[in-house]
Amino acid sequence: MHPIEISDLTVAYHEKPVIWDLDFHAPAGVLLAVVGPNGAGKTTLLKSILGLVKPSAGTVTIFGKPAQKQMHRLAYVPQRGSVDWDFPTTVLDIVMMGLYGKLGWFKRPGKKEKELALQSLEKVGMADFAGRQISQLSGGQQQRVFLARALVQDADLYLMDEPFVGVDAVTEKAIVALLRELRSRGKTVVVVHHDVPTLKTYFDWALLLNVRKIALGPVQKVVTPKNLQKTYGGRASFLDLEHA
Amino acid sequence: MLDYTLILVFSGCLVLGIVAGTLGSFAVLRKQSLLGDAISHAALPGVAIAFLLASSKHPAVLLLGALCAGWLGTLFILLITRTTRIKNDTAMGIVLSVFFGLGLFLLTLIQRMPSASKAGLDKFLFGNASTLLLQDVWTMLILGGATLACVLLFWKEFKLLSFDPDFLHSLGRNTLILDVFLTTLLVAAIVIGLQAVGVVLMSALVIAPAVAARQWTDHLGRMVALSALFGGVGGVLGAFASSRISNLPTGPAIVVGISVLFIISLFFSPHRGLLKDWLRERKNRKTVRSKKVLLALFTLSRSHKTPFHSHPVSSLEAIAPGSIEGGLEELRNQGLALPSGAGWKLTHKGAIEARRLAQHVYGEMP
Repeated sequence: MHPIEISDLTVAYHEKPVIWDLDFHAPAGVLLAVVGPNGAGKTTLLKSILGLVKPSAGTVTIFGKPAQKQMHRLAYVPQRGSVDWDFPTTVLDIVMMGLYGKLGWFKRPGKKEKELALQSLEKVGMADFAGRQISQLSGGQQQRVFLARALVQDADLYLMDEPFVGVDAVTEKAIVALLRELRSRGKTVVVVHHDVPTLKTYFDWALLLNVRKIALGPVQKVVTPKNLQKTYGGRASFLDLEHA
Repeated sequence: MLDYTLILVFSGCLVLGIVAGTLGSFAVLRKQSLLGDAISHAALPGVAIAFLLASSKHPAVLLLGALCAGWLGTLFILLITRTTRIKNDTAMGIVLSVFFGLGLFLLTLIQRMPSASKAGLDKFLFGNASTLLLQDVWTMLILGGATLACVLLFWKEFKLLSFDPDFLHSLGRNTLILDVFLTTLLVAAIVIGLQAVGVVLMSALVIAPAVAARQWTDHLGRMVALSALFGGVGGVLGAFASSRISNLPTGPAIVVGISVLFIISLFFSPHRGLLKDWLRERKNRKTVRSKKVLLALFTLSRSHKTPFHSHPVSSLEAIAPGSIEGGLEELRNQGLALPSGAGWKLTHKGAIEARRLAQHVYGEMP
């Protein structure tokens, strides 16, 4: 029973296929990167797993059951550009949003939730920013806040959309450390990733995606110049780096 | 002064202002400001059809009609946007004009009918709070109270729906139902105000208090409370003005009242106000000007043995044209430079500051 199992997934917007006949599974306890060029269907794949996008065909199961029944076992980190950071609220409040699911209807977050949120902010090095207005955060800080919101959910499966985009080197290192810590606790993390040169150092497994599945497996096995060529076409200048 | 009718009118406008201000905050944060306009216009045929079907002008009947039509209009917008390639703003434009046109058409028909009870429906266009009866205010109070109670009960869901709906979905909540629910509450808030404010201007009451409130606070709870307060105050002010000036419809009076609050907030709020921006900008320009002159003094003094050599204004002008006059005065006020002989020279403090600045700007000594 894999954390994620997908069979024959096809997603099309206005008849143009974005994902074509994808079979995919993520084994437990790995850091798995989803890589591919722009428009390859990486974000759409995450959104199909979450049920945010309705597939034209195929099934998605999470820990052996239909995804919508397993939402409490997963935590989602959307692209930070997908929200309006001028929303009137604080960093702590955003992190507490991760606990709304467990809180249930009609209940407001209290002392316990605040405590958990603060601990989570501590883990991403943002505890000093708890009371800060979110409009005052830098890109890297926004990303850390989103990660803290996912951490506080204490899920078994994490889905992250481009967490490394537009963050500084310090934040990138902090995120990698965090991913490894999650893996050491047996969590499964699926990350949409853009940067091929760091693939092998940051991740255990990779899905190479370009509408169709190009390859899936341990990075040492599947991240090869040939597969990258197939995924990115002829435009990939970083292929040389792979030999380095 | 305050007779029974006036108290009724004031309480009615207070209620509609508070409810519109509250729901308007969410509409503005969800970037649905124009939806309010579409909903209020779409409600008009509902009023007419309810009157035709029930042959009654009871507020509950008319508001129910408005509620249904407003809701149907919203549903159409949602359906058009989801199932066709027509964009959201176009969908709103279509629904607004088609429903409003139908409403005007039906109202004209009703005016021509021989029935005696027909009079007064045209107040739904521009609003007439002075016709509010006890039963109207009761209806507004009950519907408005229920709306506010729902907002409080579902506060955290509505907050997250406004900030990050995809994340709310990932928590296992049905965002489609919550979205329709919150929009229905917005429809209710708009419908409450139709009789007093009218379909044409009701959207101002949804948008303006919320935008004004956002200027003053960075906290959602406080923003909603302040928006409700602005809406309530604007409502009462407008009702008061229209009760003093004969033939002034309530809708425009309320909108003018709220616009005053809005404009004050836009210019004078402490963090986001235009005045604050302007002052910040001006201060910034002054600082830059004085720093340019400080660097000029420092650059010139590099060719002398002591940094405290006096330099004529004309030499400074050559290095930092346009900044000198004001800049020198700034430096004198800060104790960084002094007039000396025919020119100006750095003070001790000025020399230290200039050296630090040069290091910062050039990375090393020029």
